[in-house]
Amino acid sequence: MTAVSEQTGAWLASFNTQQPAAAWLQSLREAAFQRFAELGFPSTKDEEWRFTNVAPIARARFVPASGPWGYSLGEYAGVQLVFMDGVFVGQASSLPGGVEAGVLNDDAQPYLARYASFQRNAFVALNTALLTTGAFVRVARGALVELPIQLVHIMTGGQADSLAHAQPRSLITIGASAQCTIVESYVGTPGAYFTNAVTEIVVGEGAVVDHYKVQQESSDAFHVATMHASLGRSANFSSHSIALGGRLTRNDANVTLSEGTEATLNGLYIVNGTQHIDNHTEIDHAKPHGTSHELYKGILDGKATAVFNGRIIVRKDAQKTDSKQTNKNLVLSDEAVIDTKPELQIFADDVRCTHGATIGQLDEEALFYLQSRGIERAQARSLLTYAFAQDILDRVKVQSIKDQLEKVLFEKFHEHAA
Amino acid sequence: MALLEVKDLHATVGEREILKGIDLAVKAGQVHAIMGPNGSGKSTLAGVLAGREIYHVTAGQVLYDGTDLLEMAPEERARQGIFLAFQYPVEIPGVSNMYFLKAALNTIRKNRGLAELDAMDFLNLVREKMKLLDMEQALLNRSVNTGFSGGEKKRNEIFQMAVLEPRLAILDETDSGLDIDALRTVAGGVNALRSPERAMVVVTHYQRLLNYIVPDFVHVLSDGRIVKSGGKELAFELEQRGYAGLGIADEEEAVGKP
Repeated sequence: MTAVSEQTGAWLASFNTQQPAAAWLQSLREAAFQRFAELGFPSTKDEEWRFTNVAPIARARFVPASGPWGYSLGEYAGVQLVFMDGVFVGQASSLPGGVEAGVLNDDAQPYLARYASFQRNAFVALNTALLTTGAFVRVARGALVELPIQLVHIMTGGQADSLAHAQPRSLITIGASAQCTIVESYVGTPGAYFTNAVTEIVVGEGAVVDHYKVQQESSDAFHVATMHASLGRSANFSSHSIALGGRLTRNDANVTLSEGTEATLNGLYIVNGTQHIDNHTEIDHAKPHGTSHELYKGILDGKATAVFNGRIIVRKDAQKTDSKQTNKNLVLSDEAVIDTKPELQIFADDVRCTHGATIGQLDEEALFYLQSRGIERAQARSLLTYAFAQDILDRVKVQSIKDQLEKVLFEKFHEHAA
Repeated sequence: MALLEVKDLHATVGEREILKGIDLAVKAGQVHAIMGPNGSGKSTLAGVLAGREIYHVTAGQVLYDGTDLLEMAPEERARQGIFLAFQYPVEIPGVSNMYFLKAALNTIRKNRGLAELDAMDFLNLVREKMKLLDMEQALLNRSVNTGFSGGEKKRNEIFQMAVLEPRLAILDETDSGLDIDALRTVAGGVNALRSPERAMVVVTHYQRLLNYIVPDFVHVLSDGRIVKSGGKELAFELEQRGYAGLGIADEEEAVGKP
């Protein structure tokens, strides 16, 4: 056996010991596992994974966490689904009108795995092969859901003598003209584990959706996640990806636009120590008159490494596309490394696409200005670092997330500045 | 005793010597104007006093209230009551003017043994000082200097000075780029802050500012040295005869600018 098949073969036990599922799901799993075995874990020779070495994941032997799990739900009047180590542990008891929420069932068949393709991505294939449960939220046509729909993923890290993995899966379908906010959060207890998440969001015509993913995994965790949003005509979708934790993180955020769709992808990543974060985004303008805005900002300290790869596809039909991509990085140490790359594939001729990337240090003149007003240099550094992240925070509309992030960032930069 | 005493100060930027032996004594209550052509070392002197890192002092001494100023970090100088109004105030997106100024004021107050101001007291103080500079309160909620016009930036500098109440204010080309109305406003703000306890060093290329902020002493700087000192009449003499009339080469005049 080759090394690759040894690595994928190690997952066979997890695959074989799953609970049996409905025939359609069983055949989906089998197809996905077969594809996973064919693809194997990517290597750095693979262009998509050039700067992210997943060998530590490929080499490790992960087992499903075995619980027991205890979680007491807080009071929440909106939709809240809680998963521990990928296992559903409960949901808020009241559901607002126009929303169905629970775990995946047969109604998911027309959508599940239709958007996040497992053909190209081994991690998506693995997640699909090990699909047993997941969040399933349906927002009815025209529904206005006031409170954020919360998908909470908690990793306990499993037993001390084994490495746990979880394969969180979420499917959210939003009817035409509906409006809602989705918050996915990933947190974990200290220790090593592997979260491999896939989220599919189907947005109907004219719907308005605000999506957040907040990743605060443990500092030893591996976190790989793919979000794919398929956006209907004239829909307005914005996604904010906040990455703070994890030893090795890979985020794929993909959106497909229809005619007149407006899509926004924002991101903030803050890494230090030996953390590695890789953000790959793909914005696919499939139809005319689409607009996309993308702003990813990164703060790197210590020996941290980061990757930003922003692909924008403008298909032949997608005339009058207006697309803007920006990636800005603040590098606080001499040893941190960022690789940033725009990747524009434009097949239409009447479009406007701009992109830009910056990598910089704190502005010495601004530091001096603050110091000259009595503010200590360390405090001035943390103030400017915080300010760098501010415009991403300003775009966060959910107050509770904003408050939480402000607190986290404040503490983080204080400790950095010291 | 002088509040500020500069003795035979030499300073370099990289390999180049800019200040070649400056002597200056400024007492509390006095306003000293430092004039001179471009490249004479005016801004370097202001920068050395405020603690700009790019300047390297190679010889001489600066005493502030009897202690060695050059040993202090820039923030320490600010806490001891030194204020530099920047020639080019820095834009700091993401940091609100209000937050910035409150942090600065409370640090300085703490150093003076005063209680920190709470949000309400701070706002009252700030409102009062804003009137002095004819500033809109909306500027407080904006990021520091971000998107401000040239005049707004300079006004913001003097406004900060009014709030922080320094013992020694150094104004670096505060007049540059201001139209006459803005100049009057800014000068009015500065004049309101003149007091027997406070000293000011006003650095300027042109005599125009000194029509509004009338100095007690004028020093003419040329090639890193003070070549002439006198009363306010020296500024008028300069205005009449130009730097060339005093036998000083002015780069700008040489290329025919006003």
